[in-house]
Amino acid sequence: MTRSGNRNDRLWMYATMVKSRHFEALIKPAYFEGKTPVFNMAKGPLPGEMHLSDGQEPCAVGVCAHLTAGDTVTATHRPHHIAIAKGVDLNGMAAEIFGKATGLSGGRGGHMHLFDARVNFACSGIVAQGLGPAVGAALAAKLRGEPHVAVAFLGEGAANQGAFHEALNLASVWRVPVVFVIEDNGYGISVSKRACTAIARNADRAAAYGMPGHFVAGNDPDAIYAVAGATIARARRDEGPSLIEIETYRLEGHFIGDAEGYRPGGEVDGLKAIDPIPLYRARLLADGFDAADLDAVEVEARNLVAAAFAAARAAAYPEPQEAFTHVFA
Amino acid sequence: MSSPEPPAAARRLTIARAISEAIGQEMARDPSVLVMGEDIAKLGGVFGTTTGLLDRFGPERVRDAPISETAFIGAAVGLAAAGMRPIVELMFVDFFGVCMDAIYNLAAKQCYFSGGQVTCPMVLMTSVGGGYGDAGQHSQCLYATFGHLPGMKVVIPSNAHDAKGLMLAAIRDPNPVIFMYHKALQGMGWLGTVQRSITDAPEGDYIVPIGEAACVREGDDMTIVGLGLSVHHALDAAKSLAAQGISAEVIDLRTVAPLDRVTIRASVRKTGRLLVVDDDYLSYGIGAEIIASVCEDPTITLRARPIRIAHPDIPVPFTPVMEHFVLPDAAKVVAAATILMETDR
Repeated sequence: MTRSGNRNDRLWMYATMVKSRHFEALIKPAYFEGKTPVFNMAKGPLPGEMHLSDGQEPCAVGVCAHLTAGDTVTATHRPHHIAIAKGVDLNGMAAEIFGKATGLSGGRGGHMHLFDARVNFACSGIVAQGLGPAVGAALAAKLRGEPHVAVAFLGEGAANQGAFHEALNLASVWRVPVVFVIEDNGYGISVSKRACTAIARNADRAAAYGMPGHFVAGNDPDAIYAVAGATIARARRDEGPSLIEIETYRLEGHFIGDAEGYRPGGEVDGLKAIDPIPLYRARLLADGFDAADLDAVEVEARNLVAAAFAAARAAAYPEPQEAFTHVFA
Repeated sequence: MSSPEPPAAARRLTIARAISEAIGQEMARDPSVLVMGEDIAKLGGVFGTTTGLLDRFGPERVRDAPISETAFIGAAVGLAAAGMRPIVELMFVDFFGVCMDAIYNLAAKQCYFSGGQVTCPMVLMTSVGGGYGDAGQHSQCLYATFGHLPGMKVVIPSNAHDAKGLMLAAIRDPNPVIFMYHKALQGMGWLGTVQRSITDAPEGDYIVPIGEAACVREGDDMTIVGLGLSVHHALDAAKSLAAQGISAEVIDLRTVAPLDRVTIRASVRKTGRLLVVDDDYLSYGIGAEIIASVCEDPTITLRARPIRIAHPDIPVPFTPVMEHFVLPDAAKVVAAATILMETDR
C-alpha cells in the first residue's frame, strides 16, 4: 500500500499492534507470579510454555487487515498477535490462557490451542500442521462458491517440514484460495535459519509449486499490507495460492524463561532499536496522522486488554469434571 | 534404584546429566556413535540430554537438525543400516506423528524384513509427561503406543542411576530403542523435579539391562507397578500405606517393551494383589497389559481384583484444575490400595 492508502486500515494496524503488544506486556508479570524466587514452569496462574509475539505484530496486522470473519486463519505455537488481529474474542482468549471456565475452550486448550469458530481462527503447537487445514478450509470455500480465503501462518523453521512442501503443492494443484505466510524471525528455538535452511529465501521455494512467492523485508506493516492485499485479492479472484515470506523479529525468547544464549551479543538491543511499533507511529505522524488520534486508539487498545485480563483473573476455574466433556461431539 | 556397586564417592546426578554423561562416554568409546536432533548442539538439548557434547565432539558428530523429522529420523535408520549408531532426539513424544513411518514402518521392521541381514541400532530419545500446564500436544506419554508396535524396545528410567545404565544399554543394543524421559524427573532448572530421581550413579561404565524391571521397595500385601514418574507416586503411597499397616511392594518397570512379566508375576505371586499406576491413557494401556499378563498365569492366585490407575481417555487438558484432577498421584494410589485391601476375597 502506498502511504496515501487506506487511512483507516493504517490506524487499525497501529492500534492492533499496540493491543497485541499490551496483551503480551500483561502476560509477562502474570507468568512470573508463583514462579519466583524459584522458576518452575508448572507454577502460578499461567503454567506451561508461553511463546510471546513481541516484534512480530506487523505480520499479523498487515495480513489480517484484508480478512473478514468468514476467512480462515491457522496460526502457530506463537499465536497471540495473529489471534488478536483476526478478531478472536479478547476476553475469551485471555480467560483461556488463564485456564478459566469463561475461556474460548473452557480452559481445555490454553495458549497454544486457541480456537474461535466465530472468526474461523485456530492454532496448534505442532510445527507446520496448520497448512493442510488451511488448504482444506480454502477448498471448502471454493466448493461452496463462497468468497472466503484461508491464510496459514508458519515460522521459517516450518518451511523445512514435509507438510509445508506437500501443502503448497496440493494448494497449487487444486488451485484453492489460500495464502501461506512465513513469519521469518530467524530462529527455530535456538537454531538459526542460516544453519538449517538450504536457501536464503523461502519465498523462492514457491517456484517449485507453481505459485508466486513474495519476500517482504524490514518487518514493515505497510509493505506487508500491500503484498498481502494483492495475494489475498488474487486468491479471492480464484487465481490460486501464494506464498509470502516476511522478515520479522522475535524480541523475546522462544518461550518465557529462555536464556537466549544462542543469540549473538547485542542482538536483542539492536532489534529493540527497530521495534516496529514506535517506528510505525513515527511514520504515521510523518504521514500526517494526528498524535491525538494515535494516542486515543492506543488508550482504547490498552483498556480493552486490561479489561480482558481483569475479567480473566476474576473468572472462576471450571469444575474439574468438565475435563470429561467435549471429548466427542 | 540400588546401585550394583556403590561409587567410592557418591555423586548426585539428575536424569538429564546422567543421559548426557552416558552419551558422552559412549561417543568417546565408539566412533560410530553420533547425535542428531533439534536444538541438541549449541543449546545442549531442550531437556539437557546433550549438554557439553558439541564442545567435546564437534559439529560432525553432534548435529543440529532442521525441523525435518521425517528426514532426519529416516536418515538415522539409514545410518544404522550402514553400521553407525545414531542417537536422535525428538524433544516431545507428542511430535512423533510427522515421522512415524520412519519409526514403525522402517526402523522397527528393518531387521525382520531383511531376515536379520540389516539391523537398526538407533536410539530415539524423547520427553514424556505432563503436570505442568503445557496442554495436550506437549504432555502425553504414549508408552503403550510404542510398546504396542513390535520391533522396538521402549525404556523409561525413574532415576539417574537407571537413566545412565539404560542409555548405555540402549546405544549398544542392535535394535531401535525408544528412550523416554519424564519431564517431572528430568532435573531441569525451569521445571520442578521429584528429588528422589536425583541419585548417585557410577562414573564408569555400567548398563541397566533392557527388559528387566526392578523391585524398588519390598512388601507383602500388594504389588504396585509403576514406570517413570508413577514409580515415585507408588513409593510415596507405599510410605503412607506403611503407616496404615499395609505393606506394599513397588516394581519399577524401567522397560515397557519387552515387558518383564517374570518380575511382575513373581511379585504378585507373593502378594496376591496388583495395582498398576500409569500416566498414559487408560484404554489398551500398560495397566491392561500387566493385569492380563498376571491373570493369564495359572500359578498366581489373586486375593483381590486388580486395579489400574491411568490418565483417562481424554486429551490432556490445559487448565491445572482439570489436569491435576485426571493425572495419577500418590493420594489416588493410596485410595486405590485401600480399596484393594478392602475387597479381599
